[in-house]
Amino acid sequence: MSGILIKGGRLIDPASGIDGLMDILMEEGKIAAIEPNIEAKGARVIDAKGLIVAPGFIDLHVHFREPGHEYKETIETGARAAVAGGFASVCCMANTQPANDNGTVTSLIVEKARKAALARVYPVGAVSKNLDGQELAEIGEMKKAGAVALSDDGRCVLNPRLVRSAMEYGSMFGLTVVEHCEDSSAKGGAINEGEVSARFGIKGMPATAEDSIAVRNIVISEYISLPVHIAHISTKGAVEAVRAAKAKGIKVTCEVTPHHFTLTEKELENFDPDFKMSPPLRAEDDVRAVKEGLKDGTIDCIATDHAPHAAWEKEMEIDKAPFGVVGLETALGLSLKLVEEGVISLTGMISLLTNRPARIFNLPGGSLKKGAPADIAVFDQEREWKVEPDEFFSKGKNSPFRGWTLKGKNLLTIVGGRVVFNPEKL
Amino acid sequence: MNSLKLSGRHLLRIADLSTDEIMGLINTAERFLEISEREIKKVPTLRGKTVVNLFFEPSTRTRTSFEIAGKRLSADVINISVQASSVSKGETFKDTVLNIAAMRPDVIVVRHSSPGAALYASQIAGCSVINGGDGAHAHPTQALLDLMTIHMHKKRFENLKVSIVGDILHSRVARSDINALSRLKADITLCAPPTLLPKRSEVFGARVTHSIEEAVADADVIMMLRIQQERMAQGLFPSLREYAEYFCLTPKVMEKAKKDVIIMHPGPINRGVEISAEVADGPYSLILYQVTHGVAMRMAALYLLCVGEG
Ligand SMILES: [Zn+2]
Repeated sequence: MSGILIKGGRLIDPASGIDGLMDILMEEGKIAAIEPNIEAKGARVIDAKGLIVAPGFIDLHVHFREPGHEYKETIETGARAAVAGGFASVCCMANTQPANDNGTVTSLIVEKARKAALARVYPVGAVSKNLDGQELAEIGEMKKAGAVALSDDGRCVLNPRLVRSAMEYGSMFGLTVVEHCEDSSAKGGAINEGEVSARFGIKGMPATAEDSIAVRNIVISEYISLPVHIAHISTKGAVEAVRAAKAKGIKVTCEVTPHHFTLTEKELENFDPDFKMSPPLRAEDDVRAVKEGLKDGTIDCIATDHAPHAAWEKEMEIDKAPFGVVGLETALGLSLKLVEEGVISLTGMISLLTNRPARIFNLPGGSLKKGAPADIAVFDQEREWKVEPDEFFSKGKNSPFRGWTLKGKNLLTIVGGRVVFNPEKL
Repeated sequence: MNSLKLSGRHLLRIADLSTDEIMGLINTAERFLEISEREIKKVPTLRGKTVVNLFFEPSTRTRTSFEIAGKRLSADVINISVQASSVSKGETFKDTVLNIAAMRPDVIVVRHSSPGAALYASQIAGCSVINGGDGAHAHPTQALLDLMTIHMHKKRFENLKVSIVGDILHSRVARSDINALSRLKADITLCAPPTLLPKRSEVFGARVTHSIEEAVADADVIMMLRIQQERMAQGLFPSLREYAEYFCLTPKVMEKAKKDVIIMHPGPINRGVEISAEVADGPYSLILYQVTHGVAMRMAALYLLCVGEG
C-alpha cells in the first residue's frame, strides 16, 4: 500500500493543537506527515477542500446487540453505522445475550469486529456475572481478550461494595468502571419525573435516582483513589457533583449523549417510545446544566449510547417499550449545533469526540500525531441533510430526530489507513 | 351547537376538546338522560353502527356503561377483554388493535393500563377511538359525566370551588377532571398526602392542601378518589386505617362543609376508607347519579362521534 494523502482540508487536531489548512499523509496505517503542502508520489489523493479533517471519532458507549439480539443490530451493522457517523472507534457495552461477562464472549466480539473490518470495536466487559450485580465477572479473562473498560450498563451496580470491588480489581488490569447511575427509585418509570409525568400520568424516574449514584461513585472513587466514569450524565445534580469532585481532584470523568444535550422531557407529550431512553430526557434546567458542563469542561466527552431496537419493539405502549435510541449517525450534526449555539468551539467539539474520550479508556487513536493510527473523519460542516432513519446503516431506526434537518455530515472515514466510508467517492 | 363537529373524530383527552365542545357534549347528554327513563329504552339512532369495547384491564363499570349506552342507541356492541388472552400469548397491543380495526367497527373504546394507549390506538385504527381510561393519564368520559353532574346541580363552573381528595398521583380521573374544570375556570383544590401527589403538581395550577377539613371547608363540590391498597405496598402510606383517619370524608369532616355542597366519587367506593358509609349514602352524595349520567354521557359521545349534530 502506498498511502493516502488528504489535501486541502482544514485540519483540526485538538490533541496536538493543530487547526489550519494542512495536508495529511498516511502510510502503513499510521499518520506519516502533516504539512501545508505534501506531495507524495503513488499515494491516493483525496481532495478535502472546504471540508474539516479530524481524528476519527471515538464513542465510549454503544450497544451492538451481538451476540443474542442480531435482529436489532450486529457488530457489522453497528460498525457500519459508526463509520458512517465518522466514528473510527466504538466501545460496545456488555448487555448482550449472553452478556459479555467472560473472555469467550469478549473474543467473539473482537473476532466479529475484525471480520467486519470497519470501525475499531472495543468490548466493554461486564462488572458482574450476567449483569446481575452479585459476583464479579471474569475481569482478567476479559482484559486478556480485549476488554477496555468495565460496566453493567443498562443496569446500575446497586451494591456499593461490588462497584468498589470492580474498581479495585479492575485497576489491576488498568480497566475503568463505567456506571449507569440509577438507584431503585427510578424502577418502573418510563420518563423523567417532572412536569410531563405529572400532567400525563406517566410513571416518572426522578433525577435524584441518577444524582445519588453519581455521588456514591464519586465518594468511593475518592476513598480508594481510583477512577470512575459516569455514563450518559443527564441531570443538573450529577453535573454539579462531578464539577465539585473534579475541583477536589477526584478521578471522575463523564460523558453526555447528543439526545440529552438536545432534547427535553417535553418530547414525551405524545407518548412516543422513540423518545424513551434511560436515563430519560430531562427538564430544561438539566439540559442547561449539561451544556454548562460541556462548556466548562466538567463533561469529558460526547458518547451516543447508541441503542438500536427493532421497529416492532418500539411500537408499543410507552411504559412497555424498551429504553434506548440510536445515535451514531446523528451525533455529529447534533454536536455541531452546540458549536453553532456557541456552547463549545469547533475544536472543543472535536476534542469531546476524539482525544478526550481516548484518554478515559486509554485507547489508541483520537489524535493525528505522527505515528498515531491513521483514523480520520472528514466532514462537511455546512452540509444540510434530513434525518431519515430508514436510510440509516444501523438496523435500528429508533431515532428521536426523525425528520430533523441537521447541518454537518461526515463524508469520509478512514480506519487504520483504510477507507471504510466514502459514499461520495472523494 | 352548530360548532360541534365531533363526527369521525376521537375522544382521547379533555385537552383535545374546546370548551364549546365540552358544553355541547354536556347538553347532548342531558337531553339523552330522558331515554333511559322511558319504558322502551331504545332509539334507532346508531342502528347499523358497531362499537367495540376493547378492554385491556378489567372494569365492569365503565364497560357496562358503554355497553348500555351503545345498546340504547341501537348500536351493535361487542365486548372484548384482553387481559389474559392474546397479550399474554405475545400479541402486541398494536396487532390487537389492528385486528379489531380490520373488522371495521365504527368506534373502538379502549381501556388500558398504559398511559397513551388510546392515543396510539387512534393513530392506527382508522376509526373513531374513545379513551375508556388509559393508565394514570386520562378518562375523558368520566370527566365529562362529572362535569354534567356538576352542571345539573350548580348550573355553572366559573369560580366554583371544587376539591379533589385522594390519590391524585395515580388517578386518570383526577387528571381529566382537573383539565376540564380548569379550562372552565373552576377554582380547584387538591387534597392528598404528599406521597399521593405528583412531583411538580403545581403544573395543575390548583391549590394543594394536606388537610381534608381545609379542602372541605368552603367547597361547592367535593370529588373523592378511590384509594388502592397496592399503594400501601409501594410505601406511599402506612395503612388504610391511618389513611382513613386523615383523609376519609366522614360526617365529622362534613360538619365543616357548605350546606349545598355536592359529593362525587367515580367508584367503586371503599366504604370507611376514603368515604364513610353515612356520607356516601347521605343527602349530599351524587354518586349513583353519576352512574346514571355516565350512560347518558357515553350515549352522547357515541352519538356525536358516529353521527354528529343534526
Ligand atoms: Zn446506560
